[in-house]
Amino acid sequence: MAIEQDEIEKIAELARIRIPQQEIGELTQRITAILGMVDQLQAADTDGVEPMANPLDATQKLRADEVTESNHREAFQAIAPAVENGLYLVPKVID
Amino acid sequence: MQWETVIGLEVHLQLATRSKIFSGSATTFGAEPNTQASAVDLAMPGMLPVLNEQAVHFAVMFGLGIDAEIGMRSVFDRKNYFYPDLPKGYQISQFADPIVGRGQFEIQLEDGSSKQIGITRAHLEEDAGKSLHEDFHGMSGIDLNRAGTPLLEIVSEPDIRNAAEAVAYLKALHSLVTYLGISDGNMAEGSMRCDINISLRPQGQQEYGTRAEIKNVNSFRFVEKAIRHEFERQADILESGGRVVQETRLYDAERDETRPMRSKEVANDYRYFPEPDLLPVVIDEAYVQQVRDSLPELPAAKRHRFMEAYQLSAYDASVLSDSLALADFYEQVVGVCGDAKIAANWVQVELLGQLNRNELDISDSPVSASALGQLISRILDNSISGKIAKQVFEAMWQGEGSADDIIAARGLKQVSDTGALEAMVDEVIANNAAQVEQFLAADDAKRKKLVGFFVGQVMKASRGQANPKMVNQLLAEKLK
Repeated sequence: MAIEQDEIEKIAELARIRIPQQEIGELTQRITAILGMVDQLQAADTDGVEPMANPLDATQKLRADEVTESNHREAFQAIAPAVENGLYLVPKVID
Repeated sequence: MQWETVIGLEVHLQLATRSKIFSGSATTFGAEPNTQASAVDLAMPGMLPVLNEQAVHFAVMFGLGIDAEIGMRSVFDRKNYFYPDLPKGYQISQFADPIVGRGQFEIQLEDGSSKQIGITRAHLEEDAGKSLHEDFHGMSGIDLNRAGTPLLEIVSEPDIRNAAEAVAYLKALHSLVTYLGISDGNMAEGSMRCDINISLRPQGQQEYGTRAEIKNVNSFRFVEKAIRHEFERQADILESGGRVVQETRLYDAERDETRPMRSKEVANDYRYFPEPDLLPVVIDEAYVQQVRDSLPELPAAKRHRFMEAYQLSAYDASVLSDSLALADFYEQVVGVCGDAKIAANWVQVELLGQLNRNELDISDSPVSASALGQLISRILDNSISGKIAKQVFEAMWQGEGSADDIIAARGLKQVSDTGALEAMVDEVIANNAAQVEQFLAADDAKRKKLVGFFVGQVMKASRGQANPKMVNQLLAEKLK
């Protein structure tokens, strides 16, 4: 399975990773090599095998619905780059 | 061209747990910003989610409430996207194996008919925080109190055909989840938020048209308006030979229009994969049975019982079972007065009328169920007429006391004393010789009409307090 350069650019954008233009070619080759290994795995017969959600043979333990956390806003906000009126400030985002 | 609208709704329902779905932070609405956001909610390094058992319990209750297949083994997945109010960079949700599978439930339409709406699935997920775009020196403010609040996303089949059905569906859903007690259903506080998928197709065509998704519509009224607007927008495009683009749009209530969302221009690609920090959730038959046994009577069952036990019309039963508080109130009134039909009229016309005029909820009614029941009892035992009862109700609403107090204080008791009534009837007959002559000359059919005049005169003389039944009897005897 081959991957095109523009797909690499799209994945990079979704993952918010900036890739310098001159590295995209090499990266495409390396990912294509990895996909070659995936192709080998794809060849295995998986009929009747249930997809695995977790490698541990165990099920989720649940916790009781109790409030166990208290307010540590001051400690958390002490390490934030910018806060105001109790809010964390981030570069402007608008839908 | 006759267009058929095809609508599917996705409802995000906030579950009424005390703590968050994956952390022990409180979920109280309206707290100071970021005071209910723990290290887990902030996605601090090394923090791990632990699932809240109450969220699972509520989801199973909902599944049983819509006769759905319950996911005995459900799996959490990561839904990846970047937004500042989602600190982890992914939302923990369920994708391939949701906790609630296919189900269905019945909605009531205004013409009294009902319709089955299919539910595709319902899955558990965490809510994101809130972004505030007011001007913070060119920056946005983030409040993470809501991050991690448990949500049940309920996805309907494209079974809805117009705005009225969409609203009926949401009302039925609201009624169901509040009966179950799994959510407060408070739309104004965002406990029930709705995404609308809508497409048009020529009447009679099987194939679906291209749909647009309208995000985050948060009141019944806006759902109706957004659908009406979107129908017109798509019909205009199609009728001028254009094509609808599949996209996500936002409804702007102020301008009453929908417009495309800019940030989602890159096609949604959430790259779901199983959440490695959570194991599959496995529940057994015994657990499901235990939840089933603990379910309260649900709206549909109550509606049918009201129709059978109380002989109410489908419409009356539907109105009175709409909320649990109203249904309980009504049944209490029936318990006190013993007449289901009259109780239904009084609760719907007088009580709900006053409550709506004053924008009050049934739980804030100044007239209690037993007080209303006693008032109705006084109509039934002929102490007062229905007309006088309305005056008494008005006074009860103003806080002047019980029905009996008001009847006594204002001297409203109906005159059922034969002697007193006879005197009044005699007087009316004596004073209206011409009408008496006309009456006696008339045939039976005409007499039925003419007798009304005499009844009216007696009622007037008694200032509305004469027992109308007895007045009729006395007149029949005397006008021979």
